[in-house]
Amino acid sequence: MSIGQTIGANLPALQVVTPLLAAPLVLLLRSPRLAYAVTLAASFASLAIAIALWQQVATMGPISYAMGSWPPPWGIEYRVDRLSAFVLLLVSLMAAVVVPYSRTSIAREIPADSHTLYYVMFLLCLAGLLGITITGDAFNIFVFLEVSSLSTYVLIAFGRDRRALVASYQYLIMGSIGATFIVIGIGLLYLMTGTLNLVDMAGRLAAGGTSRPVLAALAFLTVGISLKLALFPLHQWLPNAYTHAPSAVTAFLAATATKVSVYVLIRFYFTVFGESLVFHKLPLPQIMLWLSLLAMFAANAVAISQNNLKRLFAYSSVAQIGYITLGLSFDSVNGLTASIVHLFNHGLAKGAIFLLIGGLVIGIAKPGAVPPAPTFDRLAGLARRMPLTSFGIVLGGLSLIGVPGTAGFITKWYLILAAMESGQWWLVAAILLSSLLAVAYVWRFVEVAYFRAPPAGQEERCEAPLTMLIPAWLLLAATFWFGLDTSLTVGTATEIAQQLVRGQ
Amino acid sequence: MKMQMVPRVIAKLLIPFILLFALYVQFHGDFGPGGGFQAGVILAAAVIFYGLIYGLPLARRAVPDSLLEVLIAAGVLIYGGVGVIGMLLGGNFLDYFVLDSDPVHGQHRGIFWVEVGVAVTVSSVMLKIFYMFADRANLEDEDVTDETGGGT
Repeated sequence: MSIGQTIGANLPALQVVTPLLAAPLVLLLRSPRLAYAVTLAASFASLAIAIALWQQVATMGPISYAMGSWPPPWGIEYRVDRLSAFVLLLVSLMAAVVVPYSRTSIAREIPADSHTLYYVMFLLCLAGLLGITITGDAFNIFVFLEVSSLSTYVLIAFGRDRRALVASYQYLIMGSIGATFIVIGIGLLYLMTGTLNLVDMAGRLAAGGTSRPVLAALAFLTVGISLKLALFPLHQWLPNAYTHAPSAVTAFLAATATKVSVYVLIRFYFTVFGESLVFHKLPLPQIMLWLSLLAMFAANAVAISQNNLKRLFAYSSVAQIGYITLGLSFDSVNGLTASIVHLFNHGLAKGAIFLLIGGLVIGIAKPGAVPPAPTFDRLAGLARRMPLTSFGIVLGGLSLIGVPGTAGFITKWYLILAAMESGQWWLVAAILLSSLLAVAYVWRFVEVAYFRAPPAGQEERCEAPLTMLIPAWLLLAATFWFGLDTSLTVGTATEIAQQLVRGQ
Repeated sequence: MKMQMVPRVIAKLLIPFILLFALYVQFHGDFGPGGGFQAGVILAAAVIFYGLIYGLPLARRAVPDSLLEVLIAAGVLIYGGVGVIGMLLGGNFLDYFVLDSDPVHGQHRGIFWVEVGVAVTVSSVMLKIFYMFADRANLEDEDVTDETGGGT
């Protein structure tokens, strides 16, 4: 076989193996410049593979890949369907945007002797997230979850502020509890079905009926995954982690880590347990509905009163995750469409905002000094000093609010459709009301950046470097593109939702 | 511990056997209990033992940090490399069947190199963790002597 054929036949494995093997290679190379080059190559290769897989799945249906040629359900199976291809695309796209950006960003935020380690951990985190998404094996999900989590803890601890260590430790404790719950859930499922392959497991669960251990497994998995995806009130680790991590890390995590956890939840709910068990026999939709509403209102309200811009948008992330789980709780095609689309749309908008904040803190820093925290007193009159960055953050904020023309609007539209479908008109009001809260916190930034005079002696322009502005503005452009042309996002999501909801 | 005669002699006597046992656990892992992880831990234990008795500087001279960092990465690359070779020979990732004309022999060959990779990474990670902890103890000792203003 030629090399081309070999690559073509092994795309699912290469999707994970490329970043996974690039990580030790980077460690061997030592030099930060080479490390950057290899990381850049690996992340672009991942993106190329994700696009190729996407096209293969679109034309030929789900791909099943047997690791080590041991046929599933005995061996580990990598399984790519529309949903996982969609999430793979999001994760590798964000990596390809964040890596070119990181070079300038970490030069100021991370000590020079740790740059190589940063790239190693970034690649491992990427490999873990891609692995969770692509694998069709329950225990493999847990293993990749640990790979991505452990590297995430290190990435967060790279923050210059000493509180980054505490934030990382806090996340380590919460993340470990979540992972333990997940592995207990998987263990119970293995006990009841005797298989770890997700598809096989689903078949056996459907045939075997529901027993108490299966319900316990469902409970453990729900709580464990909810911790990882920061569902209110299990979100306590998130604001600190996002606030104190280096900017590039925050942007990457905000756009991918919680989204992959949502994917795992959808995978277990719809593929493994089946809709009828999760949504019809248990009060799970009601619980999820109320927790989502709490997230939307409480987290948005807390966001308004924050003094640190990064922390403000971290709380806004908790609220946005509320929209995603709200969509899940409807158990309808429109609701699920909204959830899946919002994975992508929120990833783009929040990624762009955190990338811009990374440029912002470098702009307001004294030359050569470690960038300070972006507290509001430092941002007065920012629009005159950094017009592109400020305007970009406002545009990203518009998508968080859900203004028509932005990607955020599409999600809200489908959420409202789903609410009207189920006859819950008060929910429509709730969704609109929570958007008003988003208006309030975006307005806080507008007010400080545009309507206050910059402090005396700090009127000169200090726009962020182009290497940081271009990735952020690419994501912003995508936010508007997918707000107008929804054939890729909504088209795919509807298709996936129809398969998942009707599949049972 | 450096000045104690008995531990020094016993350590000198035991360390070669510990190393040998590590190799036994490694290479007999196909047929009996053992394998790369266990062998790697035993291997690291031998060096840690040496460090405990003869002091950290001598252990560091025997197995320097720079070597450890290379080995940590090399082990993973060996493991992954077996998988990549499987792909290049026309199989799937981590496909051992294609490593030899005889599939059973191919399985042997595959798992052999994978276990080598595991042993290399596990032993060097164990040792690295030991070095890092030992460094912290030294830091604290220095702090104490600074505060009391005298030697130990």
